[in-house]
Amino acid sequence: MADAKWGMVIDVDKCTGCQACVVACQSENNVPINTEDIFNQRRAIEWIRVERYWEGEFPDVKARFIPVLCQHCDDAPCEPVCPVFATYHNNEGMNVQIYNRCIGTRFCANNCPYHVRYFNFWEPEWPDTLTHQLNPDVTVRSRGIMEKCTFCVQRIRRTSREADRDGREIEDGARELSPACVNSCPTSALVWGDFNNKNSKVSNLAEKEMSHNGSHHGRGYKMMENLGTSPNVIYLKKIDKHAKETVAHE
Amino acid sequence: MQEHVQLTQKQINEDLLTSVLGTPRWWWPALGFFVLVFLIGMSAFGYMLNQGVGVTGLNRPVFWGAFMVNFVFFIGISHAGIMISAILRLTQAEWRRPITRAAEVLTVFSLMSALMAAPLVHVGRPWRADLWVFPYDFARGVWINIRSPFVWDPSAVMTYLTASTLFVLIALIPDLAIIRDRSTGLKRKLYAGMALGFRGTPRQWKLQTIAGILLSALVLPVFVSVHSIVSWDFAVQIGPEAWHSTIFAPYFIIGAIHSGVSAVATLMVVMVWAWGWNKYITPDHLDAIARLLIIVATAWFFFFFLEWVFALYTLEPAEMAMRKLQVFESPWSWLFVVFLFTAYFIPVPMWLFRGVRRSLFWMFVTTILVNVGMWLERFLIIVPGLMRRSEFIFDWGSYHPSIIELAMVAMTFAWVGMGMLVFTKVFPLIPLFDIKEGMVGRDEIRIGRRIVPASIRE
Repeated sequence: MADAKWGMVIDVDKCTGCQACVVACQSENNVPINTEDIFNQRRAIEWIRVERYWEGEFPDVKARFIPVLCQHCDDAPCEPVCPVFATYHNNEGMNVQIYNRCIGTRFCANNCPYHVRYFNFWEPEWPDTLTHQLNPDVTVRSRGIMEKCTFCVQRIRRTSREADRDGREIEDGARELSPACVNSCPTSALVWGDFNNKNSKVSNLAEKEMSHNGSHHGRGYKMMENLGTSPNVIYLKKIDKHAKETVAHE
Repeated sequence: MQEHVQLTQKQINEDLLTSVLGTPRWWWPALGFFVLVFLIGMSAFGYMLNQGVGVTGLNRPVFWGAFMVNFVFFIGISHAGIMISAILRLTQAEWRRPITRAAEVLTVFSLMSALMAAPLVHVGRPWRADLWVFPYDFARGVWINIRSPFVWDPSAVMTYLTASTLFVLIALIPDLAIIRDRSTGLKRKLYAGMALGFRGTPRQWKLQTIAGILLSALVLPVFVSVHSIVSWDFAVQIGPEAWHSTIFAPYFIIGAIHSGVSAVATLMVVMVWAWGWNKYITPDHLDAIARLLIIVATAWFFFFFLEWVFALYTLEPAEMAMRKLQVFESPWSWLFVVFLFTAYFIPVPMWLFRGVRRSLFWMFVTTILVNVGMWLERFLIIVPGLMRRSEFIFDWGSYHPSIIELAMVAMTFAWVGMGMLVFTKVFPLIPLFDIKEGMVGRDEIRIGRRIVPASIRE
């Protein structure tokens, strides 16, 4: 598993904005409950969030959804600015956060162009009825530290450990391996896997949809590519006959 | 340009030791006020430790706010010390003599305030911040990340703090010896210890002078390094708009000198008002520092203008959106107007008038205005930059500091006031020996028909 390069392909065309991924992520990763009060304070924690944009003028209004999570950039801007190495790149292509080291300078969160790093402004609390619902495989983060999407690293670790023990191979796209958001997506808009495995679904999608040698045929793009962060998340753009091509940065 | 007031050594001793040997009536109430504000701030800090950073106004995406503004502001104020005591000493500006120590002490206490603002109250888990500021735990493999500007910061600030403290201590030795000779009992023993056996022998004077000059020269790199490094906290980031700019380092340095020298001018006026040292800090001194300020302020304004030119030249949508926010959207728009007028357009034209430069009251008002403006300048760089007017309109943010946060901001100001007041009670704020040296070296030379004050140098 050491030479895996985990990544995701998000088909924006398939996303219905149902927020199942958000809820799945919250319960899998012990993310504190975002109450109305927390939202109004603008301190909600959502490791994956579905952003909703309105397009067009009334009555021709269309809702557009885009799920945004940590892009696990190869050249992550959050990593060099942390004074205590609380965030670093592991050898599986993931950007990981070490909660014990974090002292909460919030430097990484400022430097993330995707705004996917979340700070624990308060001590997280769950109602009594939900305390037994917490995932024992995931640390409950205390106040004063940063947290972010881990690609459900606990699932990767458990699955590879069990596979090693039983002497079997892990198949691409196995439910036990995939992050909670991917498993919960009803339209399979999220696809997750190993970019180093040439036969994986994500590799095939990347091969098909991303540009090669300057020619661009597919729908694939990486978010804010102009910043040079080399994300490991590929977005496939929406299919819309009436949409006009706009170029933001050239 | 400086008029001659010849004072005897006895009179200098009497005048300048008033703050140490006697206690003015206002001293205790003033100290009490600062201590009260400091304690209120500390209670606020305790409340924040107990509850979490949520008690501030910070949110996502505005993760940095008033604390970071304060950090940059106090490092800016601290540039006073190096400007006055190193640059003016090496350029042999005579008018620096009465204010060198005040400037250095201001530096020491404002650096402490800066450290209080940034690592201490700023971070989420202050009880672990020592691992970063004083990295010591290598045995368990807890290394610091030297690529992070937040690691460069403590090393720059600590270097500066060490150098400034040494400056203050070395310049204090002859004066401590004078106090030692005028006190009795335990006090005498304490001062004797601090004076390191100074008896005024030629060899001791020589060593003391050499140490001062050496320190001035050695500390010069700090003049450019400290605020450059502070600016890199922002300039290395690609996340927020308008921060990723190469002009930030020189722009921050010149801004720091602008606010630092202004703070020294404020301090000079306060010293005259508080202890009546008008024979030592004369209108000539204010005139000289105001002339210096006109140059510094204008140089700063030039960099400010260039920063805007560079920003607008890119025509990047996110950058333009942020600039529009700064200038056209309330409340940032009126803060911007207040900043421009207080930091430049009111004080500098006023300093062009001789009457203003030589007036205690007007110098006090204008230099206070400069520092109000410079605090706002940092606020207007940090907060609108973090409001993220980027393509992610879902994440546009805003920020206003909470009362708890403002109490901690006030605490850092109170710390400087408290420190300065206590310092003046223990040590003389105007260096006695430096003034005496100036008196001895005074001369007059004839240039054409005019007789001009001058000083003799070796």
